[in-house]
Amino acid sequence: MSWVTKTLKSTLGRKLIMALTGLFLILFLTGHVSGNLLLFKGDGGEAFNIYAKFMTTNPAVKILSYLTYISVIGHIIYSILLTQQNKSARPVGYAESKASTNSTWSSRNMGVLGTIILIFLVVHLQGFWAKMHWGEVPMVTYGEEEYKNLFLIVSEAFKQEWLVALYVVSMGFLGFHLSHGFASAFQTLGLNHKKYSPAIKAIGQAYCIVVPVLFASMPLYIYFTS
Amino acid sequence: MKLTLKIWRQKNASDKGGFVTYPVDHVSKDMSFLEMLDVLNEQLTEKGEDPVHFDHDCREGICGMCSLYINGKPHGPLQTTTCQLHMRSFNDGETITIEPWRAKAFPVVKDLVVNRSAFDRIIQAGGYVSVNTGGVPDANEIPIPKTVADLAMDAAQCIGCGACVAACKNASAMLFTSAKISQLALLPQGQVERKTRAEKMVAQMDAEGFGACTNTGACEAECPKGISITNIARMNREYFSAVVSSENV
Ligand code: SF4
Ligand code: FES
Repeated sequence: MSWVTKTLKSTLGRKLIMALTGLFLILFLTGHVSGNLLLFKGDGGEAFNIYAKFMTTNPAVKILSYLTYISVIGHIIYSILLTQQNKSARPVGYAESKASTNSTWSSRNMGVLGTIILIFLVVHLQGFWAKMHWGEVPMVTYGEEEYKNLFLIVSEAFKQEWLVALYVVSMGFLGFHLSHGFASAFQTLGLNHKKYSPAIKAIGQAYCIVVPVLFASMPLYIYFTS
Repeated sequence: MKLTLKIWRQKNASDKGGFVTYPVDHVSKDMSFLEMLDVLNEQLTEKGEDPVHFDHDCREGICGMCSLYINGKPHGPLQTTTCQLHMRSFNDGETITIEPWRAKAFPVVKDLVVNRSAFDRIIQAGGYVSVNTGGVPDANEIPIPKTVADLAMDAAQCIGCGACVAACKNASAMLFTSAKISQLALLPQGQVERKTRAEKMVAQMDAEGFGACTNTGACEAECPKGISITNIARMNREYFSAVVSSENV
């Protein structure tokens, strides 16, 4: 076995992959939420549709999107590998456990939270991403150019209460996942330092609230304004 | 105090085992937890029954032998060793559940006794410094900054009790291993084997079947010696930099 495969098979190597893919997905979320803020512009979706075209055609964004797919898949595969390993490390459990006295609920349930987010992701991708790439999307013209009217798709979708509810609840789970994942990724990378760790933790706590709240406010805004 | 003890009994490694409930009376609040178990065992011996087996040695919080999972926490309700836990931490009439450490790498030998030689093998894999013997060096011949010496001493406090593994939802041994790696990586004497040590100790830790850390921090919260998870971050740095820069292919 080469040293590379050996390292990637070690617990620390697997954790490293979880941390790196997780951090990349945090970057992705940051970009995703910032771009989608255009939904609030109140211009009938013009800015959003132009932005969406840019995001699907720009070659640099293409590379980023492939990195995102790889990160999602890597994060899932390695989480399964690690969970299996961790489950087998304790074949007989305790009759009584007071885990809540020594750790947070989110930190102990990252796998459950991640699975819920994955289910959400499937619904989300099916509804928007797949439609945008391969579905029938009505066109709209701004100036000379034709654009896919994704804003219309989004506004139609979020007229359905159940979908709005699903999005809002899922963002809650995302928040809990991030509340542990953000700082945890830095710890795994070995970045634990007296000077910086308090800031990393504080940013993580702010991030895990701000980003999911912004995301959740989008379907709510559309639902209540349309 | 009158107590009800729900204790894990298991004849040997292959026995399935199960809980047995014992009432104990006349327990003083000043007794240590192990003394309370001594009282129970005397009663059992007088009745001709097999006493409850549990590990202990120093009974002063320094050897790390007294591994009991009490009421859902390693070493019981306080952040200390079981031998330093006293019955005043419990209430009269309480039912106390006592289990062995649970981890694949710590198989039960009998009752509450587990085999922790996995820890020894992690140390054997690299937790040492190969020193050439010779005359005793003068004090302070090797300058070590106080801050570094303090960090190394903090890490060296680990007594290998295994509470970190017991507390961790993944039965991970990373707090223990990282304390041992840190202790030597911080000091000049540990530099010679620094990279190989990190690689070998992590490899042995994995080979023993311990889980992977998910940074819950349960280990740090339960460690009787207050070993910090900053050591785990240091171990990660040591390991990642070792694998990319060492000569070991
Ligand atoms: S790190 Fe703490 S809990 Fe783990 S073995 Fe050492 S002293 Fe015990
Ligand atoms: S018996 Fe030695 S630490 Fe408890």
